[in-house]
Amino acid sequence: MTRLERKESLIRIALLVVAFSAVSVLVVITVFIIEEGTPIMVKYGFKKFLFNLDWFPSEESYGLLPMVIGSIMVTFGALVIGVPFGLACAVFLTEFSSKRLRRVIKPMIELLAGIPSVVYGFMGVVILVPFIRETLGGPGLSVLASSIILGIMILPTIISISVDSLEAVPPAYREGSIALGATRWQTTRMVMFPAARSGIIASIILGMGRAIGETMAVIMIAGNAIAIPRSLLDPVRTLTSNIALEMAYASGEHRQALFATGVILFVIIMILNTIANVTSKRRKA
Amino acid sequence: MGIIEVSDLSFFYGKFQALKNVTLSIEKQKITALIGPSGCGKTTFLRTLNRMNDLVEGACCQGQVLIDGLDIYQKGVDLLELRRKVGLVFQRPNPFPLSIFDNVTYGLRVHGVQDRDVIQERLRWSLESVRLWKELKDSLDRNALSLTGEQQQRLCIARLIAVEPEILLMDEPCSALDLFATEKIEDLMRELKKQYTIVIVTHNMQQAARVSDFTGYFLLGELVEFGETTQIFTAPTDRRTEDYITGRFG
Repeated sequence: MTRLERKESLIRIALLVVAFSAVSVLVVITVFIIEEGTPIMVKYGFKKFLFNLDWFPSEESYGLLPMVIGSIMVTFGALVIGVPFGLACAVFLTEFSSKRLRRVIKPMIELLAGIPSVVYGFMGVVILVPFIRETLGGPGLSVLASSIILGIMILPTIISISVDSLEAVPPAYREGSIALGATRWQTTRMVMFPAARSGIIASIILGMGRAIGETMAVIMIAGNAIAIPRSLLDPVRTLTSNIALEMAYASGEHRQALFATGVILFVIIMILNTIANVTSKRRKA
Repeated sequence: MGIIEVSDLSFFYGKFQALKNVTLSIEKQKITALIGPSGCGKTTFLRTLNRMNDLVEGACCQGQVLIDGLDIYQKGVDLLELRRKVGLVFQRPNPFPLSIFDNVTYGLRVHGVQDRDVIQERLRWSLESVRLWKELKDSLDRNALSLTGEQQQRLCIARLIAVEPEILLMDEPCSALDLFATEKIEDLMRELKKQYTIVIVTHNMQQAARVSDFTGYFLLGELVEFGETTQIFTAPTDRRTEDYITGRFG
């Protein structure tokens, strides 16, 4: 082996170690959460954990159902708001706007992703919550407020991935459709969407993952009451909020129960990411 | 008078002038070939005939193009109808990533045809016109992208024929195909000209000589010479045409 080759293989090994240490963080987190969270689930029974209504850690009652439903509700609400807006925006940027306008708008949308979530929460508390309280009633801190704020927060994810996948559609498809006398909108609906479908689905699923995982903004505007909301104007507590709100003072089984909450979240997000990966891979094949 | 009458047509991409005062007349149910070196404006010219160049930002057009006596660059022209009437076949076959059925019936759906019988009939008739019906009639659900290049190009032609055009524009339709497939597409063109007016852009002079009735030679955005194919290839009047077709240039 020459000196250069030896150097090359040393560098290769060094890079390999660095790359694996990034992956190992994932492994450590996974193992740690599962190790801390599963014993208590086994002790009280997985079913009871997931489907019990009462969360009274001081009385050894650990029912996560209100939080599971809370998370599902705000995530669904966020999608109802974020998906139509996001897709409309992506279609506008790729199919209807001039190149110059796109060059201005797209970076601005990506900038939205860089705003700290506490700022979104702050805007919610200062503007949205009072607005809902005064116009629609209820405490203002609610499913509706969280859905709206989360819907805005997932816009950059949905828009940028959808734009990328619409842009990745060969321009020949668009031209072929226009050359047959189709309008822009017909072209978008009948050719571009089906061609970019997997990327668009992936964008929605990743947006969903973002919405489920969001914590800070939701704590500030959701009200955090442990009860299944009866209307969109009722307060709600999500799985993430549950962990963040109680971790500071929890100990013993209570602490373990919070880790169990983490396990459930972790599993949900892993499933979503896998679906997103599989659908976007299918496009390339 | 020809089905297409172009007079004094100039075309600009921003400041670059791609076509210079082109005037020519294209006859009905004939094949007209446009030849010339790359970048000479022949594709640009082809695309002015169904206003596909409108998609290019910063493009601008002067002069007049009459199709069936209608000035297609005047205000208020129905572009969708124009493009139905003047179909375009692309250089690379570009079937949509949909089923064969959806590809052929795409134009019908776009133009609001909903009657199932009409759709079935047109589907069959357009696939028959491009000699694909027998091969594909049992696999209309297959994704069009799974076809061979030649089949894809035929399918793209069928997709146009389904909306009953009058003129077929072909932009180097065989450049992505092998010799054998090229020959078959050329046969198809000879058959199609019984019903349609065909304008074909080609790099391949032999192809122009083989299939066309009229030939135009473009150079640097200018239509140097236009006439019957036999005349262009045997007794060109312009020195530049002669240089090109004898292979001294291009």
